[in-house]
Amino acid sequence: MKRFPEYYTFWNIIGHYGLRVTAFLVLVFLMLPILIIMPLSFNSQPFFTFTEGMLSLDPEAYSMRWYQEIIDDSNWLLAIRNSFIVGTIAAFIATVLGTLAAVGLSSQWMPYKRLITAILLSPMIVPLIIIAAGMFFFYTQFNLVGTFTGLIIAHAALGVPFVIITVTATLSGFDRALFVAGLSLGASPVKVFWDVVIPLIRPGVISGGLFAFVTSFDEVVLVLFLAGPEQRTIPRQMFSGLREQINPTILAVATLLIVLSAALLFTLEALRRRSARIASGE
Amino acid sequence: MIPTSHTLDPDDARNAAREVRKRRLQAFLFVVPLLVFIIFAFVAPITTMLYRSVHNPTVANLLPETLIALEDWSGEDLPDDTILIQFATDLKRMANERTSGQLADEINRALPGMSSVVKSTARNLRRVEDSAIATNGVALLLDANDRWSDPTTWRAVRDAGPIYSSSYYLTAVDMERTVSGGIAPRDTQIYKQLYTKTLKMALIITILTVLLGYPLAFFMAHAASGLANFLMVFVLLPFWTSLLVRTTAWIALLQTNGVVNSTLLALGITDQPIEMLYTQFATIIAMTHILLPFMVLPLYAVMRGIDNSFMRAAISMGSRPIGAWYRIYLPMSLPGLSAGALLVFIISVGYYITPALVGGVDGQMISNIIAFHMQQSNNWELAAALGSLLLILILVLYWLFDKFVGTSNIKLG
Amino acid sequence: MNKHLTLLVTLALTASPLMAQDLTVTSFGGAYGAAQREHMIDPFMAETGVNVLFEDYGGGIAEMKAQFEAGNILWDVVDIEVIDLERACAEGYLEILNHSVLPAGDDGVAAADDFIPAALANECGVGNIVWSVVFATNTDNGPGPTTMAEFFDVEAFPGNRGLRKRPQVNMEWALIADGVAHEDIYEVLATDEGQARAFAKLDTIKEDIVWYDSWSQAPVLLNDGGAAMVQSANGRIFAVIEEDGAPFEIVWDSHVYDLDVWAIMRGTENLDLSMQFIESATRTVPLSGMQDVAYGPTRRSAQALLSDEVKENLPTAHLDVGLKADGIFWADFGESLGEKFNEWLLQ
Repeated sequence: MKRFPEYYTFWNIIGHYGLRVTAFLVLVFLMLPILIIMPLSFNSQPFFTFTEGMLSLDPEAYSMRWYQEIIDDSNWLLAIRNSFIVGTIAAFIATVLGTLAAVGLSSQWMPYKRLITAILLSPMIVPLIIIAAGMFFFYTQFNLVGTFTGLIIAHAALGVPFVIITVTATLSGFDRALFVAGLSLGASPVKVFWDVVIPLIRPGVISGGLFAFVTSFDEVVLVLFLAGPEQRTIPRQMFSGLREQINPTILAVATLLIVLSAALLFTLEALRRRSARIASGE
Repeated sequence: MIPTSHTLDPDDARNAAREVRKRRLQAFLFVVPLLVFIIFAFVAPITTMLYRSVHNPTVANLLPETLIALEDWSGEDLPDDTILIQFATDLKRMANERTSGQLADEINRALPGMSSVVKSTARNLRRVEDSAIATNGVALLLDANDRWSDPTTWRAVRDAGPIYSSSYYLTAVDMERTVSGGIAPRDTQIYKQLYTKTLKMALIITILTVLLGYPLAFFMAHAASGLANFLMVFVLLPFWTSLLVRTTAWIALLQTNGVVNSTLLALGITDQPIEMLYTQFATIIAMTHILLPFMVLPLYAVMRGIDNSFMRAAISMGSRPIGAWYRIYLPMSLPGLSAGALLVFIISVGYYITPALVGGVDGQMISNIIAFHMQQSNNWELAAALGSLLLILILVLYWLFDKFVGTSNIKLG
Repeated sequence: MNKHLTLLVTLALTASPLMAQDLTVTSFGGAYGAAQREHMIDPFMAETGVNVLFEDYGGGIAEMKAQFEAGNILWDVVDIEVIDLERACAEGYLEILNHSVLPAGDDGVAAADDFIPAALANECGVGNIVWSVVFATNTDNGPGPTTMAEFFDVEAFPGNRGLRKRPQVNMEWALIADGVAHEDIYEVLATDEGQARAFAKLDTIKEDIVWYDSWSQAPVLLNDGGAAMVQSANGRIFAVIEEDGAPFEIVWDSHVYDLDVWAIMRGTENLDLSMQFIESATRTVPLSGMQDVAYGPTRRSAQALLSDEVKENLPTAHLDVGLKADGIFWADFGESLGEKFNEWLLQ
């Protein structure tokens, strides 16, 4: 039994445990839905629920058939390929343009800083359905609807705010004296930027890029409005699967995506620690 | 910066000004590529949508001359013969260009039932000689269908004409223009209800995330840092998991034969599966789950910086924990609370995917009706008007966010 | 890093033109799509070597309008319900087809005589199947309703009713259940009073309705107990009875039947190939394959290939108790009733 300070009353102690129990239950609420679909994806039956065989841990009740089905389905393979292509290129564009802009925005000389920041961050605030409708009307005029180019541009725009936020955060811990020192040693601004600034803000740039990639990778509303059959992505395929024909293939894909996001989470955490180390000057 | 003892000569001032301009330009040049990109890829599309909500040139393009002729018409009786002949000529041209369906669609929006009248009349006129229309157009038109003899039909044609119109906004707030030019409620009352419902659901979701998120953030913020970091993984993993994966999970949990129902049945809590999927309940619980990290993360960030010894001191001096929390801790955690609450509220007001998949009928929100008009009813102008109103709502909320919280406080991860 | 990116960019840029060579055929998926794939798509691919992208959609003409306005035609051939065909054709989203190039039936009868008249009635389409919206019950729950009036009787037949979320068919059924004769349905439904009457009748079962969005959800609802009776395209129910031995029963009373046709998107770059596909898919044998999902082929020569036992399951055997869906009515009132329907759902 834990020892409480003497001034703790009975109700203080109840509150102490009550808080623990509540926090625990909320964490269960957060994790349980995600944990539950993983075993379900190994169901040998075409159901979304645990069969009796599964509960009694009968090996017969488990199978890899839904994973096999992903591999056998050309639609899923196309979707997986498209998601990676679109996500990578969109993230690349967002990262390059976003990093440059973040450098400009961090300068004390930047004119109209508030307004421009607001414009550049706005894709994060406006509801996707409005963006989708607007892009549909506008991209139509440039023949960009139903093309990879259109989808990539759209997703790059969505990823930009994340790059700006992460890179600006790393830049704020960045000592401008280093830049000045580089210049005073006779290096050109471009060289200083490339040799001094970039290595220092790299963790921020990479995590911004990862955010942009995930944003594209997880995005479905714009895909619904802007993509044609050839541009279908994983979320698009899941969306129509959930609407049309629910079968555990979706659970198998979901499980793979959970594993992927866990990997991303740990990468980002490692980057964050590294950037914290750099900021603290260790 | 500038030593006051030294008087500036004009050259110094000019050089300094030039230097400032140069630096401003340098900084600006870094931003230009992205600014151009965002203006093309994002700002212009949103502007186009705003424009589309008041701009619809379809009828004006299809019937330019008829519309000019109708300008002088009183609106009371049948328009005179020249107008009718002009219209018949236009209709024949449309039949051959296969655009009569577009006119039919526009007129039908004001007068349901006119679609088939316009199309069948156009089909009849397709094979009639131009000269026959010139001499006999009036009879051809009036014989084709009774509704051409009704001035209401011609008012609908005239009213569909203007290229710029506020009528979609009127529809978006359940109003319409009357014959006399006034504004009155429409027969069908739907959008105001939907906005109210959307706001109500967003509010419920926000309150739920506060109730769930506050204790968790509080516990984590004052736990040992190793434990807090460990628990953080359980907040961040859902946060990083695909939205569709989480929605899928809720479908698996809530469906008739789903995990929740099987558990309830097995435990004997109910003897019949409870309907949970495709309801407002499903939308609210799934969205609460999805948005909870947006509440926990800012709260945690703020609470981490609060020194707990104030609370301990108050309690040790005999204050009840609730009282101490209310008077000391709550005000200090308020910045995190308001940031989280506004963030959750803003995101949920515009949500589309989760209600579309688990919401059924009563779980639909305003975004879903915008999608409906984009994808099913083909009324793009109304979709744009509804979207513009939603955008204004979001911008007001965002402005509040900026005023009370500050956008610079947005942190990721 | 750079090399990989170049590779990816090239991949993305070359991916689209390469794929434009394919033929995109869009239809309704599920068991119906599977039958079309087996009897129409796969044989066509084997015969011509053309790669067919077989897409699903949920009906309606919005996606066609979008592609047409965008000037970017993504689909080539589309399977469309006649209620949508009327509008899509009049608004100019579909090509006008030359029916004279259609091949004669396998028995030698010319296409114009071999097809049932309705199949070639619209200049934009070539008839594919006769299908029907029926309701089906799960016999595990004991005897279910057998007439439309009983379907609307929640006292005698309790349980959820799965209905597709749209005014089409539901409005007709409500009036039929309320005693309106089949031949008067659309006339009554064109008036405000008739519409109010239909909504009033729907009100009586509103609490017991489970709404769904696409046909493939209907058998799922009936199977997992989400609904005791569902509205469904007849073939979807037939397929699960045949394949999985599901304990379902189709009720033909007051079914609403319609044609599905093949049509070609106006402005497609693959016009000739598209027409070639339609010619191939609407020959006698491919059409007779639609019996797998209990849809009636639109060629008489194809009907002749079916056994009597199969014919019993087709909508064509039950036309006397059915109602023909009125495409022109729905072109007129689809949008206004759609809005009223949404309002009613919110109440």
